[in-house]
Amino acid sequence: MNVLNFVNAFFSDSAHWHGYDGIPQRFWEHVQYSLLALAVAAAIGLPVGLLTGHTGRGGNALALIANAARALPSFGLLVLAVLLIGFGLLPVMIPLVVLAVPPILVTTYEAVRSVDPSPVDAARGMGMRESRILFQVELPVALPLVLSGLRSAAIQIVSTATIAAYVSLGGLGRYIVDGLYQRDYEKVVGGATLVAVLALLTLAVFWAAGRLAVSPGVRRR
Amino acid sequence: MNGFFDIPSDLQHSWAGLIGLHLRESLLPVAAGLLLALPLAQLCVRFRWLYPPVLGLTTVLYAIPSLAFFVVLIDYTGQTELTVMIPLAVYSLVVLVPAIVDGVRSVPQETLAAATAMGFGPVRRYLQVQLPIATPAIVAGLRVAVVSSISLVSVGALIGNQGALGNLLAAAQKYDRPELAVNAVLTMAALAIVCDALLVGLRVLLTPWMPRGARPKAAARPEPLTAKGAAR
Amino acid sequence: MTSTAKSSRSRTRHTGAVAVALTAAAALLAGCSSDDTSDNPLDGEKAEAGTVVVGSNNFAESTLLADIYGEALRAKGLKVGYKHNIGSRETTYGLMKNGSITVLPEYNGSLLAYLDPEAEQTSADAVNEAVKAKLDKKLTLLESSPAEDKDSVSVNAETAKKYGLTASSTLADLKDAAPELVIGGSPEFQTRQQGLKGLETVYGLKFKSFKALDAGGPLTQAALTRNEVQAADIFTTDPTIVKEKFVVLKDPENLFGFANVTPLVHKDGLPKEGVDALNAVSAALDTETLLDLDAQVQLEKKDPLDVAKAWLKSAGLA
Repeated sequence: MNVLNFVNAFFSDSAHWHGYDGIPQRFWEHVQYSLLALAVAAAIGLPVGLLTGHTGRGGNALALIANAARALPSFGLLVLAVLLIGFGLLPVMIPLVVLAVPPILVTTYEAVRSVDPSPVDAARGMGMRESRILFQVELPVALPLVLSGLRSAAIQIVSTATIAAYVSLGGLGRYIVDGLYQRDYEKVVGGATLVAVLALLTLAVFWAAGRLAVSPGVRRR
Repeated sequence: MNGFFDIPSDLQHSWAGLIGLHLRESLLPVAAGLLLALPLAQLCVRFRWLYPPVLGLTTVLYAIPSLAFFVVLIDYTGQTELTVMIPLAVYSLVVLVPAIVDGVRSVPQETLAAATAMGFGPVRRYLQVQLPIATPAIVAGLRVAVVSSISLVSVGALIGNQGALGNLLAAAQKYDRPELAVNAVLTMAALAIVCDALLVGLRVLLTPWMPRGARPKAAARPEPLTAKGAAR
Repeated sequence: MTSTAKSSRSRTRHTGAVAVALTAAAALLAGCSSDDTSDNPLDGEKAEAGTVVVGSNNFAESTLLADIYGEALRAKGLKVGYKHNIGSRETTYGLMKNGSITVLPEYNGSLLAYLDPEAEQTSADAVNEAVKAKLDKKLTLLESSPAEDKDSVSVNAETAKKYGLTASSTLADLKDAAPELVIGGSPEFQTRQQGLKGLETVYGLKFKSFKALDAGGPLTQAALTRNEVQAADIFTTDPTIVKEKFVVLKDPENLFGFANVTPLVHKDGLPKEGVDALNAVSAALDTETLLDLDAQVQLEKKDPLDVAKAWLKSAGLA
């Protein structure tokens, strides 16, 4: 299988390991784009999802917005943003955030909604304030699902952030786009492999976060 | 020459032509993915040990950016529609297999036992009991696959005019005509919304026993890891 | 130590994944083509008998030239198909060889640098002879036109001012400034002889870094204008050079050689009257005309096909 040879050649070429076009640099750029996009998307999706989930209102509107956002093509948004705004990080962040908000928003909403109502009622009966109910009762129970929404958003961001290279930014997509124009399969396959590695690392991080953050009582269920 | 619908001649299609091409390039792979996913999912249901490795593999496949997939395939299938459609079929497969497996598994044991007691063979039981009950879950998977496929076709523009409506995006850059990019984004979004609505309608038709307006169980589930695609 | 071990482990795991991806793709190939019998895309790969397929690369001038060639052929009664916006020379050359494309607008010296990075370029005729010697047996060059459109390293007005570069400056004058400058160009510029490699070996220029943009297109123009790169690969017929006061650096060593617009053709695909038609186009096209046509497409936003047709008509070629 010649694909294996490409991968091998790519990673064993020492020139690929240093400098502004080296693997560490491109990997780090990719991580930065992904983290920034995830942070922005979470800053939008989590509060709205928690609030609508807690009050139980706005579920239909939420589904509508999420569906519409899902229909917007990321690549198209990227090109459009570049044409209208120019270069830079912002036009790349727009499609990534639009991509990541729906899964975070919808899963968070569903997660809070699906919390067993009896402990919530009990908490309310004990005289807990609504904010405490949300953060101390509902959120801990909903956390595994909330994390799964964040995780699926993160994986999509990692994979999609490759398009940043099309508009001259860095990241691992650089290898894929350059490889296309240079007719250099080593780079394409190497870049794709690195993206897959980063996706798996993301999975691992979320798995670890789940182990640490989710209360053992909830986990056992 | 600067209008919203003035498609540059080098795309060699009218606006309507691009829409037709886009639908074909995005929907055929989903259909192919479904045809492959049905037997594969059935195997996973039959042999439980098969499911975790299949799930792991499909997750990794899904993480491969589409552009990389396209570029590697050029050597085998040339700069053709097929090069765009093969990765899309793979992504559809990745979304559909878990959807179908979960759907088929959600059929209660009693129901299966009842079907067996009525003298249904395994094939008839699959076609007339398991598949219909799994329909909402399958349609939920199809919705994700179709919407993501419509979005991803546009990346094909990068391998030489193979992106249907996505070619408009490349042209918008090449000739600095943002209105073409607006056209492309809005048209693709409209196609995705219409196809999504059609699938919801299909689900209502196929599952007359479910209360209208009720959300299928699968849609209320947490998103599977691989759900909801995008232009990678 | 640990990091090497880790990366090698993940490497093997993921090669497996990619391999499986391809196997799955191959399996799908069968599935796809069988449920799409009406319009098998694989058939589209080989040119239909008697149809001349004109290809172009992913920049505006290439599309324009392909349209000019195509319409000139059509005027002679040939059946013409287009395959536009393919990509870079690295890709199109392969498609020319296997016959997917019959005619491609090329630039003689750039093509030579691709085929033989070591070749010296002394005159346009010598370049054409050298290209023909190096070309695949099935391919040949037709007559070159006097119209020339070279790659060039250009700096923006700000950089020119800072380092005192003028229209009479050469690439060699950039030597001291280069380590402080970011240079932009198409991704393929990074690895080409007529690119970073040649700039280093011929002029001793080592830039701070390279930023991959597009083939002299809007990305490159904008990045240079906004000083995101201080130097860039810009085509000498680019209408934005004048508009944005870019300074094109002279190339006394002829690194970018000769770049006369020349049709590259697949010998079997083009009948005699087609050859004559394209040679007539080459004879009529000069640099001034090309600049004017480029400006119509890139600045006035006319459709390249319309521009091509209008020019052929005015030149009496269609």
